[in-house]
Amino acid sequence: MARLFRRRRALLRPAGFDELGLRRALSDRMLPFLVAAMAFLAALALAGAVGAASLARHWREGAGASLTVQVPRGDAPASGQSGTRLAAVLALLRDTKGIREARALTDDELAELLRPWLGSGVERLSLPLPAVVQVRLADATAELGGLTPRLEAAAPGTLVENHGVWVGRLTALARSLQACAGMALIVVAAVAAAVIAVATRAGLAARREAIEIVHGLGATDSYIAARFAFRATRLAAAGGLVGAIAALPVLLELATLTAPFAGLQPDEGGQGGLGVLPPVLWLALPGLPLAAAAIGFLAAQGTVRRWLRRLP
Amino acid sequence: MKRVPAARLEWQECRRDGTGSRMVRFESVGLRYGRAGQADPEVLHDLSFAIPEGGFRWLLGPSGAGKTSLLRLMYLAVRPTRGRLSILGADIERAERRALPGLRRRIGVVFQDFRLLGHLSAYDNVALPLRLAGRPEGQIRADVMEMLRWVGLLDKLAQRPAQLSGGEQQRVAIARAVICRPRLLLADEPTGNLDEVQAERLMQLLKEMNRIGTTVVVATHNDAMVARHVARSLRLDHGRLVSA
Repeated sequence: MARLFRRRRALLRPAGFDELGLRRALSDRMLPFLVAAMAFLAALALAGAVGAASLARHWREGAGASLTVQVPRGDAPASGQSGTRLAAVLALLRDTKGIREARALTDDELAELLRPWLGSGVERLSLPLPAVVQVRLADATAELGGLTPRLEAAAPGTLVENHGVWVGRLTALARSLQACAGMALIVVAAVAAAVIAVATRAGLAARREAIEIVHGLGATDSYIAARFAFRATRLAAAGGLVGAIAALPVLLELATLTAPFAGLQPDEGGQGGLGVLPPVLWLALPGLPLAAAAIGFLAAQGTVRRWLRRLP
Repeated sequence: MKRVPAARLEWQECRRDGTGSRMVRFESVGLRYGRAGQADPEVLHDLSFAIPEGGFRWLLGPSGAGKTSLLRLMYLAVRPTRGRLSILGADIERAERRALPGLRRRIGVVFQDFRLLGHLSAYDNVALPLRLAGRPEGQIRADVMEMLRWVGLLDKLAQRPAQLSGGEQQRVAIARAVICRPRLLLADEPTGNLDEVQAERLMQLLKEMNRIGTTVVVATHNDAMVARHVARSLRLDHGRLVSA
């Protein structure tokens, strides 16, 4: 209680009283600029992590939750049933648990799919094209064991193409990117801490005499460290704010460019605008100055307290 | 039960057992500078003496005799390499590092080179020890103004050290040293940068502090000053106490 009271009284020192001359020793030019650069990089790394997570989720929930079924000679009559082979396959698929939707692609959609390989005018070719059924699963992890033999029985030669394997690989890639972005974030934070520590050490060297005088007058380590930490926190927060603001237009541009890959439609911000930025980034960006301030405070406190141990 | 800070407890116990009258006590104290493990020569050897509370001592000796090192031990800028040192009743060689700031606030020091903070005004330099002690700002002003009036610098309270003469700077240093009503006041060649009149005025200030109960130790080369103000002295030569 007494300690709390003493600390509260210490707060009564006049605002802006700079007994150690830190306004000159810890300049408000270089340090905020460097922290701003770190905050800018951190914002990019953060956006990379969020973007990779979003892509992984999109792929998992999109392609990972779908199948493609090719039915050769779809118009031919089904064996042992009335109707065509395609109708038999569609009926079987729609009756299968775990399948949300099964839809046969139209001729136009099929032609569009084949355009990159066969060019326009596919419909004029005499190639025997299979009917293609696009299947949406209720859940990417839905268990569809036994589907292939049943389809084979209904329409021999039917092929099931499961996207799970390459979606799994893409998801692993996205997760790796996410991990790299996380590592980059940690490295940026560490470099920011190192920059602040170096600046603080330079400040300690520049104000060594003043520190020794104040120390000799009875200043505690906590008091001296708090003066440095307060200054470093302010400068780092200012740098973090500048970096976050500078990163915003870049992130908006990147998000606009990557919106189609994340499945965003024009009306969801796919054409640009503030809405294109994921909500988590809107929450994280204001956190950058706070994180920079926390790093500044901790780095300065640690550096000063370690340095002061050399004094008796 | 209210807790008493360790240093104060030691002081109170010291007073109870009858040794409290010893403001400063050296017992076979040696001091060696340099890093641990290095065999630098001792600058102070086997110093043993005591100064009672309210005492006045001249600290005499030729340059390089160890006067400044002895004062550094007393104002806790260094710890003894060996022996026992007691300041304000606390055993310095055994005291925890965190206990020392509290002791330092009860020791006033006047340096030959003043050691004022050049970017602060005379007022802020004098107010600094009170702020370090956590005194509320509202209570500081009256004390600082009184102290500046005492040293005759009330009209220069907003001046920075560079704007003051040597004598004025020395008086600011004195005011800073005594604003916390120290129990031990140390001065290292305080008249070295002053003319005769200023030096005499400074001596009057130190004697006045001593008269109100402060223990005062003054290191000096000024034999004339010592002859005018007769008091007991400690004489050092080559790091040894030759008379006390």
